[in-house]
Amino acid sequence: MEFHVNHPILFVLVGIVVAVVLAQSVYFLVKAIRRAKEKGMDMTKIKKTIRSAAIFTVAPAVSIVIAVISLSQSLGIALPWLRLSVVGSLSYEAIAAANAASGMGKTLGEFAGNMDASSYITITIVMTLSIMVGIWLVPVLGKKIQGGLVSFEKKDAKWSGLLQNALFIGMISAFVGYVFCDLSRLWTSENGIFTNSKGESFTSTSGLVPVLVMVVSALIMAVCGLLMKKLKWKWLSDYALPISMVLGMVAALPLTSWLGGAIV
Amino acid sequence: MKNQNMTYMDSVHRDGRIWNLSVMVVLLAFPIVLCVLFGALPNWTGVIKGLIATAPMYWAVGVVETITYIPMLGAGGSYLSFVTGNISNLKLPCALNALENAEVKAQSEDGEIISTVAIAVSSIVTTLIIILGVILIVPLNPILSAPVIKPAFDQMLPALFGALGVVFVSKNIKLAAAPVALMLLAFVFVPALNAGTVGIMVPVGVVFTLIYARILYKKNWI
Repeated sequence: MEFHVNHPILFVLVGIVVAVVLAQSVYFLVKAIRRAKEKGMDMTKIKKTIRSAAIFTVAPAVSIVIAVISLSQSLGIALPWLRLSVVGSLSYEAIAAANAASGMGKTLGEFAGNMDASSYITITIVMTLSIMVGIWLVPVLGKKIQGGLVSFEKKDAKWSGLLQNALFIGMISAFVGYVFCDLSRLWTSENGIFTNSKGESFTSTSGLVPVLVMVVSALIMAVCGLLMKKLKWKWLSDYALPISMVLGMVAALPLTSWLGGAIV
Repeated sequence: MKNQNMTYMDSVHRDGRIWNLSVMVVLLAFPIVLCVLFGALPNWTGVIKGLIATAPMYWAVGVVETITYIPMLGAGGSYLSFVTGNISNLKLPCALNALENAEVKAQSEDGEIISTVAIAVSSIVTTLIIILGVILIVPLNPILSAPVIKPAFDQMLPALFGALGVVFVSKNIKLAAAPVALMLLAFVFVPALNAGTVGIMVPVGVVFTLIYARILYKKNWI
């Protein structure tokens, strides 16, 4: 069989893997819903969870499609489809693929349009083995860690609640900090232009864009919270997060044209 | 055969283990099947050099991420999230939002059910949207790659964490003040901290907040 990065058989094989992963999600969904019914949980809560999770997922999922498109230039469509449907994320996959290519003495761009089967398999193996840790480590550690948390809860409920909040706040604080990571361009730029170690140039004010986007989405979320509280608009709780996120993203368009971004 | 003595949580762990190990086998089979079908072998030097350059860091980060995220995702959510990926930018925010709206505790069985439902739905919707994207890649490419809309998707994380952050920070002002201030200063003044290293800073933020929370708790300040 003659190899091509977009050979139909690749789509069939990836389709099989994706179908297995989809089946796992459906299995766990059905299992959780059955348990909820069995223990007499309020099913409107479950329905609300399904609706709001589905709506919230759309924008991030579209950004994953964009990642598939950007990786497909050199790797074809099937492999990025697989890698970003199972475990992967754009930054990890792009680096893993580039490292595999450089292991063969080439850059990823040099493979565009003339990848042979051996190189493709090499890249696939490196990408797959590199990101596999969580898949097998959760079965090893999952029960122990969850069990530990449950016994914490029994021993000291107040500390257990605080611990859970501390975990969430710790994660959120890292991402809030990340939003400010390019702010220093304001005072480290020369003549209004910041150049990084890779030689890429940005406007000095470009680091303000993510900060202001965050402020916009936080304000919209706060307004949604007020509307829910004061006007009793309970229905808004399903949509508050996706609305705030998407409007924040939309605000990035005028903010970027005002404050600038990468200079090409 | 259903074991009557098995709790729901036990069965989640049993099924999760079976599913995750099965997915692992299927994933490893993919390159092997390619070798057979196309009659080709990998470039072993490329594999070894590629793995040396990639695996040590990814595996170290993978171990730390697994330990950090399992307590937040719940049992069912962990098995699913570590198979479908995109945890910090999609699955975990989705589960947090669902727990918040349903007003249930993460460690309760109701919390476990809500986070599993949210993460499963999110995984299904993501998979379906990617399939749609792959089918429509030719007409979609010029639209999604248009420079006009690129800034919006570049700013997805700030938009997501602005909305999520305001909810959690405002409800836990005392607990959040120090970690947010620390991360803010670190990301502003340490040049090595950027989009590529935020994943490594999550466990740092989590450990710092846990220690800080413990001190507040012991001193009865919270």
